Amino acid sequence: MPTITIDDKKVEFENGMTVMQACELAGAEIPRFCYHEKLSIAGNCRMCLVEMEKGPPKPVASCAMPAGDGMVIKTDSEMVKKARKGVMEFLLINHPLDCPICDQGGECDLQDQALHYGFDKSRYEENKRAVKNKHMGPLVSTIMTRCIHCTRCVRFSTEVAGVDDLGLLGRGENAEITTYLEKTIDSELSGNVIDLCPVGALTSKPYSFKSRPWELTKTETFDVFDGVGSSIRVDTRGKQVLRVLPRINEDTNEEWISDKTRFAIDGLSRQRLDKVYIKENDKLNASDWDSALNIIKDEINIRGKDKTITLSGKFTDAETIISSKLFSKGLGSNFYDCRFDNAQIIHGENESYKFNSSIQEVENADAILLVGSNPRWEASVLNARIRKAFIHNNCQVGLIGPALDLNYAYKEISVSLNGLNEILDNKSEFSKVLFNAKNPIIIVGTSAINTSEGSSVLKTCAEIARKLPNYSESFNPLNILNQDISRVGSLELGFVNKVFDGNFEKKLKEEIGLNKPVVFLLGLDELNPKSLEGSFVVYLGHHGDVNAQHADIILPSPAYTEKSSTFMNIEGRTIQTSRCHNPLGDAKEEWKIFRVLSDLLDCGIQFNNLNDVRKTLINENKNFLAILEANSSSNLSFSSKEDIKDQSLSYNISNFYMNDSISRASETMANCTNEILNKAKAS
Amino acid sequence: MLKEEDKIFKNLYGFDDWSLDSAKKRGIWSNTKEIIEKGSDFIVEEIKSSQLRGRGGAGFPAGLKWSFMPKDSGKPQYLVVNADESEPGTCKDREIIRNDPHLLLEGCLIAGFAMHANACYIYIRGEYYSEASNLQKAIDEAYQNNLIGRNACGTNWNYDIYLHRGAGAYICGEETALLESLEGKKGQPRLKPPFPAGAGLYGCPTTVTNVETIAVAPTIIRRGASWFSGLGRENNTGSKIFSISGHVNNPCNVEEEMGIGLKELIENHAGGVIGGWDNLLAVIPGGASVPLLPKSICDTVKMDFDSLKEVQSGLGTAAVIVMNKSTDIVDAICRLSHFYKHESCGQCTPCREGTGWMFRMMEKMVKGSAQVNDIDKLLDVTKQIEGHTICALGDAAAWPIQGLMRHFRPEVEKRIKEYQLGEVA
Repeated sequence: MPTITIDDKKVEFENGMTVMQACELAGAEIPRFCYHEKLSIAGNCRMCLVEMEKGPPKPVASCAMPAGDGMVIKTDSEMVKKARKGVMEFLLINHPLDCPICDQGGECDLQDQALHYGFDKSRYEENKRAVKNKHMGPLVSTIMTRCIHCTRCVRFSTEVAGVDDLGLLGRGENAEITTYLEKTIDSELSGNVIDLCPVGALTSKPYSFKSRPWELTKTETFDVFDGVGSSIRVDTRGKQVLRVLPRINEDTNEEWISDKTRFAIDGLSRQRLDKVYIKENDKLNASDWDSALNIIKDEINIRGKDKTITLSGKFTDAETIISSKLFSKGLGSNFYDCRFDNAQIIHGENESYKFNSSIQEVENADAILLVGSNPRWEASVLNARIRKAFIHNNCQVGLIGPALDLNYAYKEISVSLNGLNEILDNKSEFSKVLFNAKNPIIIVGTSAINTSEGSSVLKTCAEIARKLPNYSESFNPLNILNQDISRVGSLELGFVNKVFDGNFEKKLKEEIGLNKPVVFLLGLDELNPKSLEGSFVVYLGHHGDVNAQHADIILPSPAYTEKSSTFMNIEGRTIQTSRCHNPLGDAKEEWKIFRVLSDLLDCGIQFNNLNDVRKTLINENKNFLAILEANSSSNLSFSSKEDIKDQSLSYNISNFYMNDSISRASETMANCTNEILNKAKAS
Repeated sequence: MLKEEDKIFKNLYGFDDWSLDSAKKRGIWSNTKEIIEKGSDFIVEEIKSSQLRGRGGAGFPAGLKWSFMPKDSGKPQYLVVNADESEPGTCKDREIIRNDPHLLLEGCLIAGFAMHANACYIYIRGEYYSEASNLQKAIDEAYQNNLIGRNACGTNWNYDIYLHRGAGAYICGEETALLESLEGKKGQPRLKPPFPAGAGLYGCPTTVTNVETIAVAPTIIRRGASWFSGLGRENNTGSKIFSISGHVNNPCNVEEEMGIGLKELIENHAGGVIGGWDNLLAVIPGGASVPLLPKSICDTVKMDFDSLKEVQSGLGTAAVIVMNKSTDIVDAICRLSHFYKHESCGQCTPCREGTGWMFRMMEKMVKGSAQVNDIDKLLDVTKQIEGHTICALGDAAAWPIQGLMRHFRPEVEKRIKEYQLGEVA
């Protein structure tokens, strides 16, 4: 391996590394503003200058200089110190130094580096520059006078988000970062520019002047707003979640999170169910746990234990699933299911509902077939990966489904799902692309499999996947993109009933009409309330959303930031969230509720604490044992060529920003809907 | 003095027609085919041994630069001619293009062939409207006569020349900013490495060269490297167009031998300094970005790369700006500072923030409203910019001020003191 000498210390480095990376290997810290691992190199802040021996008689930008064998680099010579001081001074002369009123204060790169590398006083006696603030929409607040022109935000939006809404206009000291026409950034990842901004020029609008970073309790946990399960850090003060930031996780979200993940959190303190409610005379009245549980017990006994139905929702964790499943079994019922969106699976085949190739593999793909999926809305950070493949591998994307705006070019194969037949028969132009590619993958959205034809679509997609050149025992190119964090875990735990196959709502309605049972809704708000008519509805959840209003009894449970939960993301990767603060009001974890009900109804649930629940969970399915690991298999034994009929499909998300009970309660998300989606529709 | 027969630019003043017919009469395009048939290695070697240095300002050895172009990169290779002549005081390329465009075009073919390029882009300054129009007509003529295009001059070498007009930004004369602009992007210099010879226009091997460097190449090959290197002195060979402007009786462009005395140049060709040689205050010898020289140095200095470097200035583009004693020298340099502040692209920190700061401090120096120790602060700021930027514009902005303070510091200090006395009174 080539070696480089950094401050008299020899280190080996890999070819292709920059001097800055080599310096990091040697443990020499290099200050920087414009450089970011995930973005292209700009080299414009000039903070990372180092001295190169036998090089030009001036310092070089270490972020852009390729490391070479035998180079001798100094990072603490007089030349370097002077260069850093100089650059620091230039950055500060036109910076307003309004740290006391700046939201970035306390976590500002400019503050930190000024302390370490700057002068102790200013020599600048001229007037400072002032820059007009720009409108960037309801999420990003701008104080452009603070901008140091590192262009990270511009590079992020053009490279990662794929929108050309940001740019540098003007020249010299009049250069300004702008949205050109004062336009809202049309991206689901726009909030990431706030993290990228090394100063306080771009800050979070909803978080403006809310808090100082040192006042916040920081908890590392995972996101639940889509199936990816992004790694996040939740900052709380008391019982209020004030902000969410991404954590680096190369397996899932890299360094980004979607705007919903970041900003829907104000929904956590609105419309909350913090008390037990019992419906009397069509009106929900606050009550207490004992009365509610006793009523439930009576109703179950009256309406028939073995007819009880339990349905899970978008945020249902594995602990709830396992305890409600055991409870149902104890009652003698197996009417439980999690497929409220009617997404079909092949029973017994976990490859039919998982993202088998792994999320990370997406960026290596050179051809992607999207079947009825809008990844931009279904999993925004995954869409950024597809864009990465599009940019770096020249990945060709083909879409079966209605036209979309995906932030990268794609080929429209067919609007109807019967395009799959043509692909398989080599009649489509995209067949050639797909079958001749080196690393093709297929991504199937739930919109493609949510009809009675769904299982045939799955089988046909599996047949295509099987014929792909990279299909092997160790690599499965078939990916199902579920939208909810709860889905894969629920399916892994067998929380399904074949009774509901094909047409969930219709069959549920039939079942309810026949038996008029007690129905437990585990935070499920996506059902048409009419389907529930005649049943006795017990709603466990945290938000007073659609179905809660139609419940006969509401049992409050904690939201995702208020309990430690186990989920499986779309890949089947087990993640465990942390409790960031105590639950609001009287809320109790669902497994505790079922534990008590089990005693009342003699269902025989044994566990007494969270550890016991998790042991039961692992006994039920060993995949829950390996935290953060995805188990993949590649058999595709359900593949077969089915004749897909000509049928139209429509994407099942109509509003990215308000798609679940938490985000529907969020004011910020309502603003986004108005300013971004409704404006786009109007224009 | 350069003999008439040794002049390369026979029609510098436009006494002749610029069209193909009269260009041919001057010997242009006469035996281009034979030159090309001698092979690219021969041409590069000949340029190398002529010791021709680039005429765009930096003075990099031209033959060496051409030899950086790979022989078989598997990609298209390009010659880009930098005709974005925007350095204040410089107007040599303008005259070449206006009056002798075929000299440039022949040079494009020969140089392009030598560096294995099949296409040449001439990036011309947007303000050069009639020059661009002449050049386009000359290109059309050359195509019609099969001098360029498919099988150019019957040599089996395909060669296309495209003319592209810039939009008037000084920074687009920096070679990588020029490439960005040519690609249709915002004119901002690129980071180096990679150098254009490795990844230039559209990521392909590219050489960016000044108009004059290209235009002298055919004559050097025709008359032989030894003829060219016989002019001037070691490493500073040949002849060069000097643009003399400012306080002279007869501002002009003139082709002269390298190493001619500055005084001789001004007196013989520009009709002397207005008010006589003793009325001279200072000279900027190579375009706005090089440090000025006071009269004491001008008396004896020779006009070539190395001699001017010895006196802490530079030949630059050989644009001689003469200032006599009627000049407010501080204000003159302040105006240059304003120019660099205005033309900074704003990409990298020291230049973006520093040029404005320097200009504002210079404004105070002009009035005298600064403090004496501000001069050291100003010099310190120039040092903080110099060498810390992506391109050379930062250096170019710093040098004139450094030159001013090196030679005219007492004048600046005097002004500050007078201002302070005036305020007290």
